[in-house]
Amino acid sequence: MTLVIGAFTMGLILSLLALGVLISFRILRFCDITVDGSITLGASATAVLLVSGCNPWLATLGGMGAGMIAGFATGLLHTHFKIEELLSGILVMTALYSINLRVMGRSNVPMLNSESISDWAEAMLLKSNPTEKISILGWPVPVRDLAMLLTVAALVAFIGLLLNLFLKTSIGTAVRAAGENPQMIRAQGVDNRWMQVFGLAVSNGLVGLSGAVLAQYQGFADVQMGIGMMVWGLASIIIGEALVGKSTRSTGMMICGALMGTVLFRLLIAIALRWGLDPNDLKLVTALFVFAALVLPRWAGKIGRKVFGGRGNAGA
Amino acid sequence: MLELNNVKKTFFPGTPNEVQALRGISMKLEDGCFAAIIGTNGSGKSTSLNAVAGSFMVDSGQIHLDGHDITKWPEYRRASLIGRVFQNPFAGTAAEMTIAENIVLSMRRGKTRGLGLALNRRIREEIKERIRPLNMGLETRIDNPIGTLSGGQRQALTLLMATWLRPKLLLLDEHTAALDPKSAAQVAVLTKEIIEREKLTALMVTHSMQQAVQLPHRIIMMHKGQIVEDIYGERKARVKVADLMNAFDRVRRRDLFDASVAEQVLPQFA
Ligand SMILES: Nc1ncnc2c1ncn2[C@@H]1O[C@H](COP(=O)(O)OP(=O)(O)OP(=O)(O)O)[C@@H](O)[C@H]1O
Ligand SMILES: [Mg+2]
Repeated sequence: MTLVIGAFTMGLILSLLALGVLISFRILRFCDITVDGSITLGASATAVLLVSGCNPWLATLGGMGAGMIAGFATGLLHTHFKIEELLSGILVMTALYSINLRVMGRSNVPMLNSESISDWAEAMLLKSNPTEKISILGWPVPVRDLAMLLTVAALVAFIGLLLNLFLKTSIGTAVRAAGENPQMIRAQGVDNRWMQVFGLAVSNGLVGLSGAVLAQYQGFADVQMGIGMMVWGLASIIIGEALVGKSTRSTGMMICGALMGTVLFRLLIAIALRWGLDPNDLKLVTALFVFAALVLPRWAGKIGRKVFGGRGNAGA
Repeated sequence: MLELNNVKKTFFPGTPNEVQALRGISMKLEDGCFAAIIGTNGSGKSTSLNAVAGSFMVDSGQIHLDGHDITKWPEYRRASLIGRVFQNPFAGTAAEMTIAENIVLSMRRGKTRGLGLALNRRIREEIKERIRPLNMGLETRIDNPIGTLSGGQRQALTLLMATWLRPKLLLLDEHTAALDPKSAAQVAVLTKEIIEREKLTALMVTHSMQQAVQLPHRIIMMHKGQIVEDIYGERKARVKVADLMNAFDRVRRRDLFDASVAEQVLPQFA
């Protein structure tokens, strides 16, 4: 049970990251690797703020804001300094490694006794049930873990709804159109470059938020924690698309898909780890998974065409 | 009024691929005038329209529209004055967004966009009202992705979007060329209707001599980056497809003549 709760909590936290990747990769069609740095930036900024006694919600907001600045920087490099999109992300990500070390002052900030966003829920739970463990379906669950799960679930639901609303606002629709058809949105009088910068800021803000919550859940921020996170997010949204159907392009379905995809992926990983998958192999497995998810449909299309003749369109 | 003053544009200057696409274009288009641009392939028709729309900055010359010197304005800024329909029916809309979302984007062309919801019931009703006369049954499908529509339907909607807010200038670049004959005719009729009803100033590139004779008030013929014929008023009223064909023949013959003269003359200088 602890395993399931852990996987759910972790999945929900990372689904904020997946929402960020959804915006950059699917909506802006921008392959943004800043993510690997901005999740760590969100975590380290929040950790430092918390250790210095800041209110946990403010500290979380701070992590989100830091992520937004990182996305803004990547966007500017690409749109105004004409640097290739992948390289813009790599430059900012690399710079962030040093910046994160500067922010934390060392490579790792533990925050065992700091407050966190789940304290409030924990207090509520303890008031109604003054023991350290609550039983769910007969399994004893630490109050702390449950409080975190509830807080994160509420936060993710709130952010998901907010994001859905944002994508339907005047400016949100312009951002979506800029990602899909820059020529079209320019003809409607919008500078598509600023939409891209703005979209990347929102995207990395969500990633920073994910890092901020992750640090509080784990109880530490670490300069290495962002490695491979973009691919993680990618894997999650690919699973999500398999769940809700890739053809659905309604913003609500895209967001739901990303949320469900991340949680499912985390559960699968938890099971695989339980079965004896070496944690060191995790990133390799994730990368292979994304590779397979990108390539298999194309092969399937080709084989389908060979076997059945005619023009298949599975890989189009 | 649109005014071009000796506009020049060379692509890839100073390289073997150098193309002098516009060699000094000057013209005045009065308010409410609908002009067609015809000409051979590569004569600079699209480049002229792109120069006005701001797809690139011209090398020299000035462009004035509605009293503004827009020569240095970026493309998105010019869009506050200009409505545009492209040759490719997919270029003017965002395929994965719904019909309503696409249209609502054009309802704020050139205006600020904020954090208010783009669509509400009133706006949705307005959209339905204005697409019903298309008689394409689209008013019941405004929440479907626009990518699920046919090229003709998309082009009709793009035209509607370009003119939703009355533009000071409408630019049409062979906007019926990629459509099947029936849709092409439908969109051509719609174009004429909208331009006449709104008394729009418009520039339309076309390859169809038929269209050039029937639709506009004025015909501009281009060749090798220059305007070689400008037919308006009385002459336009009398012009026939055959006359345009003759005009084409004349410029072709002159080309051949130039080439053969050059062949004869060059050796003397070599
Ligand atoms: N963006 C560009 N970059 C380089 N060359 C260009 C560009 N746009 C146009 N040209 C060149 O400029 C010349 C004029 O092209 P343009 O597209 O204006 O012709 P057109 O009259 O529209 O022809 P068509 O009838 O084939 O559409 C051509 O030689 C073309 O190759
Ligand atoms: Mg052309």
